[in-house]
Amino acid sequence: MAIKKYAVAAYDDEEVLFPAVKKVRHSGYKIHDIYTPFAVHGLDEAMGLKGTDLHIAGFIYGLCGTSTAVGFISWIFTSDWPIVYGGKPHFALPAWIPITFELTVLFAAVGMTLTFCYLNQIMPGVKKHVFHPRQSDDLFVMAIELNNHTSEQEVIAFLKATGAKETSIQVAESSWWYGRWDKKEPYEALNAV
Amino acid sequence: MHIKYESFVREPLVDGDKNFHQISEDILSPIERKPGRMWYVGFIFSVILLCFGIFSVSWSVYWGLGTWGVNRTIGWGWDITNFVWWIGIGHAGTLISAILLLFRQGWRTGVNRAAEAMTIFAVMCAGQFPIWHMGRVWDGFWVLPLPNTRGTLWPNFDSPLLWDVFAISTYFTVSLLFWYSGLIPDFSLLRDRAKTKFRKMAYGVASFGWTGTAKNWQRQEALALVLAGLSTPLVLSVHTIVSFDFATSVIPGWHTTIFPPYFVAGAVFSGFAMVNTLLVITRKILHLEEYITIGHLEAMNKIIVLTGSIVGVAYLTELFMSWYSQSWGEMAAFQWRIMGPYWWSYWAMMTCNVVSPQLFWVKKLRRNIPFTFVMSIVVNIGMWFERFVIIVTSTYRDWIPGSWAYYSPQWPEVGFYLGTFGLFFTCYFLFAKYCPVVAVAEIKFILKTSGDNYKRGMERIDNQTTEEFVHIVTTHHDEEHLLEPAHH
Repeated sequence: MAIKKYAVAAYDDEEVLFPAVKKVRHSGYKIHDIYTPFAVHGLDEAMGLKGTDLHIAGFIYGLCGTSTAVGFISWIFTSDWPIVYGGKPHFALPAWIPITFELTVLFAAVGMTLTFCYLNQIMPGVKKHVFHPRQSDDLFVMAIELNNHTSEQEVIAFLKATGAKETSIQVAESSWWYGRWDKKEPYEALNAV
Repeated sequence: MHIKYESFVREPLVDGDKNFHQISEDILSPIERKPGRMWYVGFIFSVILLCFGIFSVSWSVYWGLGTWGVNRTIGWGWDITNFVWWIGIGHAGTLISAILLLFRQGWRTGVNRAAEAMTIFAVMCAGQFPIWHMGRVWDGFWVLPLPNTRGTLWPNFDSPLLWDVFAISTYFTVSLLFWYSGLIPDFSLLRDRAKTKFRKMAYGVASFGWTGTAKNWQRQEALALVLAGLSTPLVLSVHTIVSFDFATSVIPGWHTTIFPPYFVAGAVFSGFAMVNTLLVITRKILHLEEYITIGHLEAMNKIIVLTGSIVGVAYLTELFMSWYSQSWGEMAAFQWRIMGPYWWSYWAMMTCNVVSPQLFWVKKLRRNIPFTFVMSIVVNIGMWFERFVIIVTSTYRDWIPGSWAYYSPQWPEVGFYLGTFGLFFTCYFLFAKYCPVVAVAEIKFILKTSGDNYKRGMERIDNQTTEEFVHIVTTHHDEEHLLEPAHH
């Protein structure tokens, strides 16, 4: 369990959020993450995050599907038990196109979704700290990691100056754990209500 | 930050003065309050139909398919008619989610969640028919390519009937993944707002622990785009493969190359009609008229008239080819369709599918809600008759006159069909009660460009000269607000 301290700022407008992100990055504070109710285009760039390679993984899974389908069917129909169906040659690639296409799509979709869950660290039973109950509703919530040298008042004043509507200091678990969402976690008692 | 703005000439996609919180409230309040009487009535009626369906299917499995009306001449009757009907309906959901995403059509956000749910339930209903029509369903696993003690005897990969097995399974899986990956952020919203212990726990599990970080959203968008790109050819391929069940045969009325595009257009046609049927009711009962606007219904009706016209052209092409081919069997098949013992089904199909959707060329009718609802039912009835006509009126009289027969459904087949309505509506009522019927995160995403309050006052930008507009954009600093929302 890695319990850390965070300064949390909640913004209610993207047009205020983007300049704030710029200022925070220039000031040297480390942004732990920004939680938004929907995809905000340009935010990952503003935060300096790399693009995702998920689609490349999807393509590779698709290729696996294609080769599995063609390989398996051709082994069955040319080596294991060749039968003449409707006068077709044993290696009837045009007839195999539908199944090959379907397996390509299936492998790509399932593989990509599982990779998506793995990369985002989400799955049934996973619990993470929610910094603000309205981060999925209508606020854009920025969490900044604090260490022993940071002055809490300074950070809060700085965040307020960037236009944050609400600010707070919170102690939280930094990554995910297996937990039930209806139960309170021990570290939550450390946070002032 | 994007400088995208939408011209005031385009209808807003979200009516009223909405902000993000209001959107959450509007869409989630039906889920967060207790179910009303209408919900109970609808749900219990659906469960009753489902139970009758389970009884009919059990009867068919126990006593055998001799209890059905099918015979050696007409081997496929209501069973495969209903299979193709349900699969066709399912295709609209994928089209709305996937193809409209690829075409960057913002209006999909009001309707895509319900349409995708409809797809999944429709495919579940469709899949029942190939399973139970086997008769010896306990041997059903023989269609799967699993090593076995019978040789190993593999299934016939050259057969469209097996392509169907792969196509429907893949279609169901991919649609489910696409629908659920979009639902995860909305479940996290329900979880964060949940008041009771059970709901916190249940929506917590359903949301997979989603918190909405920038990286999470980045990957979610990449996933949605690729799934959309995969689903689009999937929709086209699945219904093409279903059409191959008929087109790869040798009998007149079935053996024709027009079937793949004809079936796909017909699927989109009936699917959009079913989405309209569901949405007209849903938007009224859940008070979501500001999110599922008349503009959305009009766009759906435009697609209905387009695909209805394509289907109409296909019918006329078939008639033309039956004459042009000068093939005795082909000409006879179509003469009998028009004037023979099943003439009533052919004319029901023609009226419902060719004549009635043309009324949607009239804008007033496209934007009329009762008319939209009635038309959606008419189109679905017409498309049911289309599949019935294709299947029964081609098999009941083919090459050998001594085999000619007539088909009437028996009660287990009718009960089976009613049971699938029960399954579909049971699932839909549960969905409407416990899941957001409109994609909340996606509506919030388009609010600031397509929301009513944000579009008011956009005329001034429409009336600017190009130089003025470019000047403001290029000298725009992060701190300045380019587009002032109307309420500032």
